[in-house]
Amino acid sequence: MPVDLEKILRPVDNPLKPFEAKYMTLASGEHMVIRQIDRDEIPDILPYLEPLLHVERDYYDVVCARIYSELLAHYRYRAQDEYVLAVQIDGELAAVVNGRQVSPDLGMSLHTIALRRGLRVGAHAFAAKMEYHIDILGHKEVLIVAESPIGFRRWMIEYQLEKRFETAHELGGVPSWALTKELFDRARSTLVVGRRPVPPEILAKAEAKILPPSDPPTPPADLLAATRSMYDPTATALIAQRNLLGGEVDHA
Amino acid sequence: MRNVYVAGIGITTFTRLEYPLSEIAAYPSMMALKDSGITDVDHVYVANMGSARVNHQTALASAVVDSLSLTPAGAAVVENGPASGASAIKAGFAAVASGMHDVVLVAGAERMREVNNLEATDFIATLTHPLAEYIYGVTLPAHAAMFTRLYMEKYGVTERHLAMVAVKNQNNAMLNEFAHLHQPITIEGILDSPEAMTNNPYVAEPLRFFDACPVSDGGAAVILVSEEVARTIDRPLIRLAGIGQATDTHAVHEREEPTDLLAVRRAAATSFEMAGFTPQDVDVAELHDAFTILEIVESEEVGFFPKGEGHIALEKGETALDGSLPINPSGGLKGKGHPVGATGVGQAHEIVTQLRGEAGERQVDGARVGFTCNFGGFGNNVVCLTFVRED
Repeated sequence: MPVDLEKILRPVDNPLKPFEAKYMTLASGEHMVIRQIDRDEIPDILPYLEPLLHVERDYYDVVCARIYSELLAHYRYRAQDEYVLAVQIDGELAAVVNGRQVSPDLGMSLHTIALRRGLRVGAHAFAAKMEYHIDILGHKEVLIVAESPIGFRRWMIEYQLEKRFETAHELGGVPSWALTKELFDRARSTLVVGRRPVPPEILAKAEAKILPPSDPPTPPADLLAATRSMYDPTATALIAQRNLLGGEVDHA
Repeated sequence: MRNVYVAGIGITTFTRLEYPLSEIAAYPSMMALKDSGITDVDHVYVANMGSARVNHQTALASAVVDSLSLTPAGAAVVENGPASGASAIKAGFAAVASGMHDVVLVAGAERMREVNNLEATDFIATLTHPLAEYIYGVTLPAHAAMFTRLYMEKYGVTERHLAMVAVKNQNNAMLNEFAHLHQPITIEGILDSPEAMTNNPYVAEPLRFFDACPVSDGGAAVILVSEEVARTIDRPLIRLAGIGQATDTHAVHEREEPTDLLAVRRAAATSFEMAGFTPQDVDVAELHDAFTILEIVESEEVGFFPKGEGHIALEKGETALDGSLPINPSGGLKGKGHPVGATGVGQAHEIVTQLRGEAGERQVDGARVGFTCNFGGFGNNVVCLTFVRED
């Protein structure tokens, strides 16, 4: 009897509860929609991410390479219980976030990549991802890491994440941090925004087609700049900043 | 005194720059030299506030003059807090006006993003009174917030007025290729929408995120020359006609009326008197809006509007790009950025650009008299400059 190897290699079919789309007004006055996308929309996104593989600034290259592979694996049925949220402004792709359900109690945040800068787009997208894990999927906590100092500031500092250094994150051997429901509830009033339902005309524009970003991050013209961006002492200083602001004093 | 003219200008983008501080000063200097066609410089002044503390570099002027291959020209650093830029221009003016030199290069440069925001904020706070203010944790945002609260209660300024300044200047910056912030904002997005409090949180109440200028790296340069030299150069004749500088108490609480910025008032009056103009003669101005409230208050103190009515002029659109007196067409510190030591030189760069008629989409039509206010400390050391196009 022939063995259907594809059935074995594919993830177990385990539908996750859906994330209801929401929208918000940015500082620019533009409306931004955050919605869950299915596998069939992933090929629309990948070409927009690919150029970021060559942007060293703020670790776009690393984050892009990883999220690209995660999305591709999801699209080709090689990732278990992954989800993807697309963030759009006037139909244009502004950010992508993804994550995974490890167990009914545990979420694994994978990546957040912002294609529009300066409007808290990535921060809003990350908040939506955490909302999905904690409020909709009912996870007790979400494991999180950050590649860039900006991510560290947005997640570890702003949400006052707890250390889970003893737990390896799926992205590699870097220390994990955790968002618990308690921490999320504490941040909810200031960091988690958005309105539902999305007005039909705004949602229809987002769903009609994922348009390319009009102003994505690009590689710096100056090679020295690219080299310089590899070194950024900010993260260490931000830990000190959090401690100064009243967080736990831990110099570990 | 001899007349002094601006023969050349140059500027970097105000943003995060990834090259050494001396190059941040040298690059716009080269642009200014190229702009003027001048190759020989008698003296170089470099405005900078924090190289020793932030960049671990002293004697910056020596590095800059060498980078530019301008040796053996004289060179010196001018450090006067956030008013370093205009103070260096003042020093350059004196050197030319006195007849000591014919050609002086004034460059301003700062590289603040080499450190994180906490360190940058602390670095700026070192300009406060060390015993009466700094040791109690005062920062410039804190100073500005207390000042704003008092001003609101006394004159009826509201958070909406502050947001209007932010929107105006950040949108002006969209038209300036050298500006730090190229991000349009709206009143809805930063004040009225349900998400506004997250988009634009309080930094030091009543000041919010978009009420403060960004922390920028950047450099700017101007070349000051005697009239004899200026008339040999094929560029519009822009005369630095008036300079005023004034000081106030170091500690803000020692001022009789904290909502009065007397150093601004006095520096502006001196500058206008020297130039032979009145505030009403000014066609375009660059004011030091490190915080949005400062644009409103300075617009009153320099004499553009009666005290307590700057926000009303703002409401009427008088300070907009198409208003009767455009203020901060460059985007100001709020939108263009604030590399502290370079800011005053950057303001002069914008005014000269405007008076030359070379400001492109942000050009103020027919501008012939321009004014800058470079605000040091929390109003304790202010330099105002008045420029006029003569040809």
